[in-house]
Amino acid sequence: MYMLRWEESEQAHILLYPEGIVKLNSSAGEILKRFVGGRLVAEVVAELSALCPDEDIAADILAFLEIANDKGWTRKAAQA
Amino acid sequence: MTKDGPARPLRLDGQGKPLWLVCELTYKCPLKCPWCNNPLEFGSIRDELSTEEWKRVLRESRALGSLQLGFTGGEPLVRKDLEELVAEADRLGFYTNLITSTVGMDAERLGRLKAAGLKQIQVSLQSHDADTTNTLVGAPVHQHKIDMIREIKAQGFPVVLNIPVVRQNIAHTTAYLELALELGVDYVEFANVQYYNWALVNRDELMPTLEELRESEAAINAFRARIGKRMTIYFVIPDYFNGRPKACMNGWGSIIMTIAPDGLALPCQEARLLEGLDFPSVRDHSVEWIWKDSPAFKTYRGDDWMKEPCRSCDEKEKDFGGCRCQAYLLTGDAANPDPACSKSPFHHKIGQAIVEAHRPLRNSRPLVMRQAGAS
Repeated sequence: MYMLRWEESEQAHILLYPEGIVKLNSSAGEILKRFVGGRLVAEVVAELSALCPDEDIAADILAFLEIANDKGWTRKAAQA
Repeated sequence: MTKDGPARPLRLDGQGKPLWLVCELTYKCPLKCPWCNNPLEFGSIRDELSTEEWKRVLRESRALGSLQLGFTGGEPLVRKDLEELVAEADRLGFYTNLITSTVGMDAERLGRLKAAGLKQIQVSLQSHDADTTNTLVGAPVHQHKIDMIREIKAQGFPVVLNIPVVRQNIAHTTAYLELALELGVDYVEFANVQYYNWALVNRDELMPTLEELRESEAAINAFRARIGKRMTIYFVIPDYFNGRPKACMNGWGSIIMTIAPDGLALPCQEARLLEGLDFPSVRDHSVEWIWKDSPAFKTYRGDDWMKEPCRSCDEKEKDFGGCRCQAYLLTGDAANPDPACSKSPFHHKIGQAIVEAHRPLRNSRPLVMRQAGAS
């Protein structure tokens, strides 16, 4: 029910959902867009960490994903 | 709108964009709801915008930055070109919402709307109880609504269930929520009836008491605690009872633009009742001029228009002085502070309304059902 896309007029990723709009900052947008369609958290952390080799961003990504999950923007898949 | 964490709200300062576009495709509706927010004289407002005119509105609004789109009415399913308009809106990048009674819907049409790109459906359901629903809307449609809600879910749409909160259904809160949960709806919105137009005519018969509202709120909180995150429930104590006005429309001409069936552009769906304002039509002007430059959209935008005590109030950026239509209807001047505010010199008007609505013999008058010529 959440739709994530780039919005040219806002120069940002936005989440659209019933009766709501959220404009994401660039970090949140970069993280969330990688989960569209389903991805492993470890994969995305590795991918983004490679883009920012001088910083330890794993903890920040996980903290953000907790928030995203809490809000219902993302869903944890059942463990195989 | 979400305001915390890694996301920030879009601009709400009135110099921004019409993020929310509301298209009232028609005033026609097979139902007769006595709280309808359509004008009392809806029957005499004809000459609906054509398919091509609506498409132009969609294109021009999207170019201004509109993102959320509500197709409403009347009953939007009355329009045969709804699918075509949904498809155009989806192509343009809107998140398309349909606000409907479901009357005029079947599985096949729903499938066409899905294929056209419709994202979400808001269904009005007045009660869990068939007799109550049918009496309130003036037609035997309860079972059809239930069947359609199941079909909407089966076809994979998120569903917002909307219940107008009135004296006639407020005691059923828990039973209503049980039904909503069983139907698998995603959001339940307890919509406080806004007393304009038909609802104002019927205010004495519709308005619940504060005690009833508090009981309903307690039932909702208990239900929330029981079901967790499976369903989101919206409920607020209405402005009549809480001493502060609603932040109507997030401010006049701030983020919402409504286009009426005949092309009149309005800062809210009720604004047409304000006399003395010359609302522009999309038939005569571009959407851009209407939003940015038309006198009507600038009249109550920002806070220059405010009188005291709003002007110097430290809450004015929270509620924008409340609702202009309510101020107009209850005080005769839309620039007055909304009487719902306890700081308003007109607050006694709200107190009077509550007393009137709660007199023991208030039930003696039948509801005036929405129909052409009934007012």
